[in-house]
Amino acid sequence: MSVGTYTFRYSTLHTQFIIDMSKHMNLTLKVWRQKNQNSEGKFVTIQANNIADDMSFLEMLDVVNEDLTRKGEDPIYFDHDCREGICGMCSLVINGRPHGPNERTTTCQLHMRSFHDGQTIVIEPWRAAAFPVLKDLAVDRSAFDRIQQAGGYINVNTGGVPDANAIPIPKRIADEAFESATCIGCGACVAACKNASAMLFVSAKVSQFALLPQGQTERYERAQAMVDQMDKEGFGNCTNTGACEAECPVGIKLTNIARLNREYFTAKIFRQEDVHA
Amino acid sequence: MLDSKVPAGPLAEKWSNHKFNLKLVNPANKRKFTIIVVGTGLAGASAAASLAELGYNVKTFCYQDSPRRAHSIAAQGGINAAKNYQNDGDSIFRLFYDTIKGGDYRAREANVYRLAENSVKIIDQCVAQGVPFAREYGGLLDNRSFGGAQVSRTFYARGQTGQQLLLGAYSALNRQIKKGKVKSYTRHEMLDLVVIDGHAKGIITRDLVTGKIEAHEGHAVLLCTGGYGNVFFLSTNAMGCNVTAAWRAHKRGAFFANPCYTQIHPTCIPVTGDHQSKLTLMSESLRNDGRVWVPKTKELAEKLRKGELGPNDIKEEDRDYFLERKYPSFGNLVPRDVASRNAKEVVDEGRGVGKTGFAVFLDFADAIKRMGEETVRAKYGNLFDMYQKITDENPYEVPMRIYPAVHYTMGGLWVDYNLMTTIPGLYCLGEANFSDHGANRLGASALMQGLSDGYFVIPYTVGDYLAGLGSFAPVDKNHPAFEETRKNDRR
Amino acid sequence: MWEYCGMARTEEGLTKAKGLIRELRNEFWNNVTVLGSNEELNMSLEKAGRVADFLELGELMVDDALHRRESCGGHFRLESQTEEGEAKRDDENFAYVAAWEYKGPDQPEVLHKEELVFENVKLTQRSYK
Repeated sequence: MSVGTYTFRYSTLHTQFIIDMSKHMNLTLKVWRQKNQNSEGKFVTIQANNIADDMSFLEMLDVVNEDLTRKGEDPIYFDHDCREGICGMCSLVINGRPHGPNERTTTCQLHMRSFHDGQTIVIEPWRAAAFPVLKDLAVDRSAFDRIQQAGGYINVNTGGVPDANAIPIPKRIADEAFESATCIGCGACVAACKNASAMLFVSAKVSQFALLPQGQTERYERAQAMVDQMDKEGFGNCTNTGACEAECPVGIKLTNIARLNREYFTAKIFRQEDVHA
Repeated sequence: MLDSKVPAGPLAEKWSNHKFNLKLVNPANKRKFTIIVVGTGLAGASAAASLAELGYNVKTFCYQDSPRRAHSIAAQGGINAAKNYQNDGDSIFRLFYDTIKGGDYRAREANVYRLAENSVKIIDQCVAQGVPFAREYGGLLDNRSFGGAQVSRTFYARGQTGQQLLLGAYSALNRQIKKGKVKSYTRHEMLDLVVIDGHAKGIITRDLVTGKIEAHEGHAVLLCTGGYGNVFFLSTNAMGCNVTAAWRAHKRGAFFANPCYTQIHPTCIPVTGDHQSKLTLMSESLRNDGRVWVPKTKELAEKLRKGELGPNDIKEEDRDYFLERKYPSFGNLVPRDVASRNAKEVVDEGRGVGKTGFAVFLDFADAIKRMGEETVRAKYGNLFDMYQKITDENPYEVPMRIYPAVHYTMGGLWVDYNLMTTIPGLYCLGEANFSDHGANRLGASALMQGLSDGYFVIPYTVGDYLAGLGSFAPVDKNHPAFEETRKNDRR
Repeated sequence: MWEYCGMARTEEGLTKAKGLIRELRNEFWNNVTVLGSNEELNMSLEKAGRVADFLELGELMVDDALHRRESCGGHFRLESQTEEGEAKRDDENFAYVAAWEYKGPDQPEVLHKEELVFENVKLTQRSYK
């Protein structure tokens, strides 16, 4: 843990952990620096030396930040939390690709062995009108929360629900719903899209509930409400190029978008009474 | 002497009787109360949603950019429930007994029994929310045995049960945010607790974006802020996990119970170097099919460490499957504390493997032979992928290397049977409290406790406190205590 | 913490840890420099506050581990083990919850006990043989 100019390590308390046998490299980073939402940002070149190949990308940034603080410079702000690829908090466009060069990998799970000595790495935040930059590499993704609030739930109160096994769900359907539910809400799909569309994110949630029997009663209202909110937040329309699927760190499929279109279309042309009849 | 407020009467009737004896708040009066919920993990999100459904006004706070990112999300293995769907002899009493015993008889009987009772309702609730648990071909829910249990009572959603349960609670929370019953504050960190006349009446927070120090008032405060595992240099906790909220409350008068009870989880990916920021846990469900071993001799271990031999070069008779040897009936499935300590023991004997020597093998060769690679992939695919991403080794071909790491803290703020701390009006839920796991937590019971506290305990008990206040007046925002507490904050 | 208050704990190690934590805490307060200002996203500031609290909690953990001279579950005192090296509880003296009360900066915390009553299960030595 690094605090200010004082590198804080329980060195005496974890003597067993100071063995380091990895390969090392020197890198040139071009990092997007921006003071806050209202100021202009720019790329700043920072040297990252003696980086071990078994570090994660974020650990590399930790090291760079320790160095910056030691020099009295403002460390680079970036979002991160679980560092095991599930919380969806980390982001970063690395050399033009959300979450970096490796497929199905979040930035926190990306390791420096994917880079080579002497390489230049360009690091930017997610770029989208609906995701304003807060500082450096961190963006405001609260638009995603508002889309979920618009309809990403089943109307059920705590208690008074049927037994969990009362409704059998075919394994194939349950598995498909699960696949859609694995979305970690990181926003890479938006960052990957030329139109900054959030269709993959929205369609994953809509699909999960559209597939499950529990989600049927509000199926079409949900699709409509979530899409309306998505438009309101300023996300663009689907480009049909599939960049979102290619960059999604958990492999959410384009078929979800096809399903979303079908759900939304049905919601638009039929009256609710008719589709439920 | 502390009063736990555990009701009298037979164990199985305590909670039902207690619920009947708790005071209620009239539906029309609930909207006059505001409840502050700090932390939006399983405990926080489920509590906030359930209380808002009842009609209370709720404010939630989390340091992350969205409530969905709380660290409950990283739980992999599953959630226990005494459903006995498998007809293998499970019951509420058996789950209670296993949990008490697993905690080495240092937990409160009544709390643990209530937890086991609530476990069955949690699964019903989550399924109704659309949580996609694993299912059998017949369409019914699948179970597996987990973490030292001899019955199959663990419900799971592949290797990401925590994320699916949290997204369920988050969806319930979102529904209440949409209805205007919950106001959600993200990127806010709690810095202090405001106590007026001995009662918790609000919190001081820092808006992490603007730096603004704010005061928030409420009739009750719920701390659902998780554990303190990051007190260790390396742990499996998220980088942001911290003890600040609980510790500041402790300094305001909430007793801190059993801080020395920490859990070291046996199946983590070993340390590689000094720069490492955290350790990554792999679900201990791996121990269902993986076999733990080290070489029988120091000499062989030495050769492995130097890379002169590969793990597959070690002959069967030169391997020591130490858990199977020492614990024939539980084998690789002994509780976490036992598995961890034994791994440390063999490493201390010089039989550790990997470059650093701080690791033991977890081998799937037999499982692959028995079930085929495809079945192993279906069961553990995502864990194997994660391992490969971090270590650059293929666990289908060479055994995994694992080592224990700090993972969970059983200690926490002391709470009574109502989950109230020693400060009236301040409650503590989930990992942040101390009450249900004793000195050791069994696998798949953290998710169960967080949701039990949030969905099925606090909605009853907080009403009793609020009804007893004798007034529906809003908390006075201008009370000098708010400004004093704000100023006292040293940041 | 890992070395002295981890998987196996001893009186000697814990006492040493207590001293080390105090040293670290002094060092921290004397040397900490937090860059940037209060009015922005500031990682150093977030971390500094959290570390300060962990340093205080760490000491309480060690105190608690020192006072509980039995082994139970995740708390393993080398001084208290069975012949086979398993955790040996001391139900006579330690079947209670240790709840600590804060008494002010650098004051020792005060121990309160909640006796654990077992009416429905028999306390046995855990065995997973």
